Amino acid sequence: MKYPAALAAFVMAASFAAPLLAQGSLPPAPYAYRQLEDPAQEAEAQALMETLRCLTCQSQSIADSDASMAGDMRNQVRQRIKAGENPEDIRAWLIERYGEYISYKPELTTLTWPLFAAPAVLVLLALLLLRRRFTGRVPAEGEDT
Amino acid sequence: MSGQSQEPRRGGGKRWAIWLPLVLFGGFFALVLNGLIRPAENEVESAMVGKALPEFALPAGFEGTPALRTADFRAGEPRLLNIFASWCVPCAAEAPQLEALAEAGVPIDGIAIRDREEDIARFLAQYGNPYARIGRDDISEVQVGIGSSGVPETFVVDGEGVIRYQHIGPIMEGDIPNILARLREAGRPL
Repeated sequence: MKYPAALAAFVMAASFAAPLLAQGSLPPAPYAYRQLEDPAQEAEAQALMETLRCLTCQSQSIADSDASMAGDMRNQVRQRIKAGENPEDIRAWLIERYGEYISYKPELTTLTWPLFAAPAVLVLLALLLLRRRFTGRVPAEGEDT
Repeated sequence: MSGQSQEPRRGGGKRWAIWLPLVLFGGFFALVLNGLIRPAENEVESAMVGKALPEFALPAGFEGTPALRTADFRAGEPRLLNIFASWCVPCAAEAPQLEALAEAGVPIDGIAIRDREEDIARFLAQYGNPYARIGRDDISEVQVGIGSSGVPETFVVDGEGVIRYQHIGPIMEGDIPNILARLREAGRPL
């Protein structure tokens, strides 16, 4: 009879642990689920939030995510926008704390430049190959096309 | 392939080139296999290591322990800053290790994330209270300020209030020597 009792205890504990899934039982931060009063500011905040990574659900943006931490970050973004801060300054502030990973906006840096250069290089390469093909140059002896 | 050193066939390209797609496929296969066997770390490390704690003054987590502010970290002695919450299961798992560190004389301060006083009190009554001070961060303000992305996390802060090390996830028994070593690096006497 030891195990049924343990099971019952677990079920009871699990049912009391409901706030656990909510990651805290506090009401959300003021601007987590409330838009800013000024539509222009809200639009600015929304555009920024869509390009910031949620740290709890890492493939979502903080605008998409229902995680508590994303809510707190939306609150911070909206309050900073409300205080008149520039969205790119807020992004820089977050990057200072979490690194480039927090931002979905691609930046041209010493690390990322190959990503930007690769398409250009590939197009150039393709043009060169096509040129060889279309100019109809006959390969010299022992050379391959 | 040796012994077949005839002229390359017209329009056929070099003979070895025929293996290129297979080699490419093998490369991709190895890449995917590697990703399956060793999944990428998805922890987001704080970029604040090496920088000073931001200015904050949090209200007391519950009445049993004093409140927490930045100035408390400039007392000249390295401290641990533990980010926790009563709703966080791994935080309960690291409680014995925090207790052991506190018993070894390591000063530990806590920041409770999105938590209620009564829940903090219940959690500490159940799992022990290793904290010298506890602040309550209801809107993750300080958590974001120090680049922490979840609970539990533990920061080593030196006597000047500069973050020296970040430990992500619960401190397990095997992590204690590393934490102690980092505290010594931050200026804790042997």
